[in-house]
Parts: sequence; C-alpha cells; structure tokens
Amino acid sequence: MSFFKKQLDTLSKFWSVGYFLGLRQIVRGSIWINLLIISIMTLTFLSLVVIPGILVGLTEGSFEQNREYLTGDLYLTTLPDEETIVNSQDIVRVLDSLPEVENYSVRYKIGSTVEAGYINRDDFTEEAESLSVSAFVIDPEQEEATTGLSEFLIEGEMLSSDRSGEVLIGSTLLQKYSNFSDLFEPLVNVEVGRPVKITLQGEVEDDFQREQQLLDGNNDPGQTSEFIVAGIIDSKVGELSSSIFITEQDYRRIAQQRSLQAQEIVVKHNGRFTDEQFKDIALSYGFGRYAKVQTATEAIPKFLADVQQTFGFLGNIIGFVGIIVSSITVFIVIYINALTRRKFIGILKGIGISEGAIEFAYSIQSLFYAVFGIGLGLVILYGLLVPFFVQNPIDFPFSDGILVAELIPTLTRALILVVITMIAGFLPARIIVRQNTLDSILQR
Amino acid sequence: MITVKNLTKTYTNGEIVTPVLKGIDMDIKHGEFIAIMGKSGAGKSTLLYQISLLDKPTEGTINVNGIDILNLSETERTQFRLKRLGYIFQDYALVPELTAEENVAIPLLMQGIDSNKAKGKARHIIDSIDMVGKYTNRPNQLSGGQQQRISIARAIVQEPEILFADEPTANLDSASSEQVIELMRDLHKKGQTIVMVTHEPEYTKYCDRIIYLEDGKIVSHDYKIST
Ligand SMILES: Nc1ncnc2c1ncn2[C@@H]1O[C@H](COP(=O)(O)OP(=O)(O)OP(=O)(O)O)[C@@H](O)[C@H]1O
Ligand SMILES: [Mg+2]
Repeated sequence: MSFFKKQLDTLSKFWSVGYFLGLRQIVRGSIWINLLIISIMTLTFLSLVVIPGILVGLTEGSFEQNREYLTGDLYLTTLPDEETIVNSQDIVRVLDSLPEVENYSVRYKIGSTVEAGYINRDDFTEEAESLSVSAFVIDPEQEEATTGLSEFLIEGEMLSSDRSGEVLIGSTLLQKYSNFSDLFEPLVNVEVGRPVKITLQGEVEDDFQREQQLLDGNNDPGQTSEFIVAGIIDSKVGELSSSIFITEQDYRRIAQQRSLQAQEIVVKHNGRFTDEQFKDIALSYGFGRYAKVQTATEAIPKFLADVQQTFGFLGNIIGFVGIIVSSITVFIVIYINALTRRKFIGILKGIGISEGAIEFAYSIQSLFYAVFGIGLGLVILYGLLVPFFVQNPIDFPFSDGILVAELIPTLTRALILVVITMIAGFLPARIIVRQNTLDSILQR
Repeated sequence: MITVKNLTKTYTNGEIVTPVLKGIDMDIKHGEFIAIMGKSGAGKSTLLYQISLLDKPTEGTINVNGIDILNLSETERTQFRLKRLGYIFQDYALVPELTAEENVAIPLLMQGIDSNKAKGKARHIIDSIDMVGKYTNRPNQLSGGQQQRISIARAIVQEPEILFADEPTANLDSASSEQVIELMRDLHKKGQTIVMVTHEPEYTKYCDRIIYLEDGKIVSHDYKIST
C-alpha cells in the first residue's frame, strides 16, 4: 500500500469513527445542553449580521428614500458653472421618446421667501414672520407619477394643475412640526387653507412693484404673491421637508415666462437596467453636455456617504467582537464538554481508538452546533427580522432604518462563523485528547 | 508471550520520589490465566498498566510476542492496544452515549470494518456472553454485572492476544462476580491468555498461577492445578 493510500485509509477511519462517536454524543447527549449551545450560536450569528445590518440599514434606508423621492434613478442637475440645465426642453423631448424611461419629473428650484402671520398681526410695525427657503416648482402630476410626493402629506392635499395659487410647505419650516426650532425661527401662523406670501427670486417684470420693493429696503428682487397653503409635507428626505412646492403653471404666470430652463430632472427607468447602464444611455444622447448626470448612488449626499462608511466600520468592529465572543464561548463549551468526558476519552484511547478519530468527533460536534445554530439564525433572520423591519422601520432622523442582510455577505459571515466554531471546538478537544491516556482514565 | 525483565516504575512529583515497582521479573506464557494479588498499594495496577502498554516504565524491558514494546512510537502503541490487547476495567468504562452493541463494535470500526459487519459481530459476541436482546440498551439501562459483561465483550471482540483485567469484580455483587469469572474461565478454556488483578482469593479458583506482589516486588508465584 502506498504512503498516500495509507494516509487516506487512516483518514477515512478517523472520519467514520469520529462521525460515529460525534453524532451519538450529540443525539444522545443532553438536549438542554444542545439547545443551549445552539441558541448561543444562533444569537452570535444574529449579532454578527443584525447589528451591522441595522447600522447599514439606517443609511441604506435613507439612500432608498433619496432615490425614490428626491433623485430618482438618474438625477440630472445643472452643470457647475450654469444656473440652469441648458436645453432642458431638448432633454425632455428625448426622455419622452425613450422606451427605457418609465417616468420623469422636471423641477425648477428657486430661492424664495415665505411670509406668514402678516394678517393677524396686532401691530403692523412688527415684522411679519418670514423665512428664506428654496422652492421646488413642479408639474404636480408628473412629480406624483415619478416620486409619489403626496405620500408625505401629513395635512391637506396635493397640488393640482387644475387649481392655481396653492403651495405645499415642508414641515421643518413650521414650528408645529419642527424639531430644529433653536436653529432658526420657524413659521408659526401657517395653516392649511390660509394664505402665505411668497416672494420668488428672479426677474421682476412689474416696474412699479420693483420700485416699491426698493423703497421697502428690500434688495432681494422678486415677485411677491399670495398662495393658499394646500398641504404640509413631512419626509425623512431633509430637502423635501425643508422646501416649499408650487406648480409650474403658477410660476410661469408669475414670472411671465413661457420657456423655462429647469434646474433638476428626475428620471426613473423601467427597471430592466442597472443605473449605470441607464446613465450610459442618457450620456449617449448627449445629456452630459447640458447637465450633470448622476446615478442615484452618485447623487447620495456626501454626509450620508460618510455616515454609511462610519456605520459600516462600526458594524465590522461589532461583527469582529461577536466572532471573538462566540469562538470563546464555543471553546469553553467544548472544553468543558471534553473535560467532563475526559475519562471516556482516556478509555477510548486506552482500547486503541486514535486521537485523531476522537478529535474528529468533537469537530463534528462543533460543526453540528454551528450548522444548526446558524441555520436557525438564517431562518429567524430572513423569516422574521427582515420582514419585521420592512413592516416596522426604525424611526431615524434622516431615514426609516431597515435591516439590510444581503445574501452573499450574510452567507460569507455564516461560513466564517462555521470555520471559526470548528477551530474553537477542535482546539480544546485536542488539548484534552492529547493528555496522557492513563492520567485521563484514572482522572488524575 | 510476555517477558518482563528488571521492571521499575518510580513516580516523581517535584521533590517527592515514590518507587512503586522495584525490579519485577516475570514470564507469562501463551494461554495462561494469571492472577496478580497483593495488598492495596502494593503496585498491582501499576504493574498491569506497564505490561498492557497504558504506561511506560522507568526502567527495564517488556517483550510481548517478540516485540520490545518500549521501542514503539505512540501511534504504534495505540495500534498495538487496538489489535492485540483487550482491557476490562473495574468500573466497566463503557461510553455512556453508545448502546451495548455500539460499545462492543467500536474497536472493530476503528480497524476499518464496515459498520453493519461490526454490529453483526458485536451482537454475536453479546449473544455468547448470555445477554441476548440487550443490544440497544445504553450502559445506564444495564446492571453493573451486565455492564461488566459488555465491557468483556468489547475487550474480546477483536480477538486480542492478551486480555487484561484490573479488579473486574470489585464493583459487583457475588452473583454477578461469579458470572464474570465464569465468563473469563470460558475464554481461558478457549485458549485466551488473561492477566487479572484481584483482591478476592475465591475468584482465583480458575487461574493457572497467582503472582503475589508486596511493596513493588514479586514475593511468590503460586502455581495451581489447571481446572
Ligand atoms: N501518579 C502517582 N504518583 C505517585 N504515586 C503513585 C501514583 N500512582 C500510584 N502511586 C502509588 O503507587 C503505589 C501503588 O499503586 P497501585 O495503584 O499500583 O496499587 P494497587 O496495588 O493497585 O492497589 P489497590 O489494590 O488499592 O488498587 C501506591 O502507593 C500509590 O500511592
Ligand atoms: Mg489497583
């Protein structure tokens, strides 16, 4: 028999005797010990994926909301040294013709000043409440179809092209809803159905009004009109709840311009592409010459990207600590298990069972614990926790946190845990198995 | 079969040096049933461990069937114990998670014998020791005497050249002890070489020879007429 064949033969004996012993030690051992170890494995596994998963999910949730409600899959914005997307009409025409495009929304973004509480002031020398905010000018139907903005209405109703003179106001601008009252003075006297005065920056057509403004000491040129508050928008996407929204029609009327150049175009594709592929299509039509073209991921605000990086790092540290804790736990459990069985290990060695086979038995035991513990963990993870967090997201200031547990990274972690558990089970078994046979038999 | 020359065993625990075996010379012939007797602490168990390859002596030589067992490597010693020696311990030493037949079969599995065949052989041996039907009982479902008989079955299943037993009846009542001794006599009759340590003179009745040990030395060989 060749050397290798002999080795293989020995290994197969180790395997079969180890399997024989290991399996029976589990199956006929204490069910409570088994349950205990399996639940420790399950908890370790969960801590390994759930805590990092939630940390990532907090930012991931916010990315998703940004994509869904702010940037779309593809976000066209102004080029660095332009104020508008030049040729936005041409872009819109192309978008209309592209079968890949599901929906798009053209937005104009302008500086504005909102005044409230000017009617019921007792003293007209007192200044009215006023805030400078950015105004989104939208086609309500187009915006609704693309982002579903009305989901965020907490009061009132959505704008409509059928009505004019209405505005939606972001909740952070209102004292009633704002948590940031110490940062600025939010508006107090704003109610759905009541008017506010809005000054839109831009060219003023009416000379008289312009002069009047200058007389008032207002150097910020713009058109002031009264709007009725149609509804209040409250969203985790900060930009939405800190802005106001008016219809494109109203803006055209006030600005007296027929052709407008947009500041943002939000595009959603039909889902048959990756965002990158879709971006390439857009670039092939020359969008890049007129607008800054970004995928949703590229358009993630920098602070969020930083937060995600930090959270990812924290998640890894927690995962690492989890692995260490669990391997120590498994080490101790198997060590104690082997120690209490030291006499039988000695007897087995005494009657001629190889150390390798006995070590194998313990490796199989830890493999069993790892596989069942992690298996249970996977069931809990995908059967319970992930759906739970989808239903009940964590209320986080800038997102609704979900539990992110992508399959491949999760299985990788599971595999790492299995390997580490096997090592952690093998080592103590080896320490005890390698002790002097007679000492083990006589328990001395 | 076993030739022991000038065997000494001395335990050293730090400063404390305990000489236990002080120069043992003996010969055990093929097919002999030998009893080792002596007072507690005389060194009976220690002697048995040395000649059964469970321990290594401080000095001297042990030759088993022409092999100088002190020259064997650890792996070879394990193989030697597996294939050529059988052990019966005072406290039966069955693996609690294994059934009677599994306890008996395990030395066969370790030799690479396929598990159905090993189980068949185990059952056969269990039948032969008058324990028909107790195959799947776990050790805690057997009486002390039954456990000891299963442990004998495990010791003889791979047909060892020598069977070692250290006080196999010490934990048993007299009826069970009698059964165990009868079993050993049957094995002896079939030609099994047996070395047994015991305290009870009445259980030496089937032995060919009694070796008396006192303070680490053999004081006499008491030959009996073989029954
Ligand atoms: N590891 C050890 N270290 C020191 N002394 C030991 C050790 N093992 C045994 N001894 C001593 O060796 C002597 C012989 O022990 P052994 O177990 O061989 O006696 P025994 O004849 O089998 O006694 P018993 O009939 O009680 O089983 C005893 O005095 C014991 O204290
Ligand atoms: Mg003894």
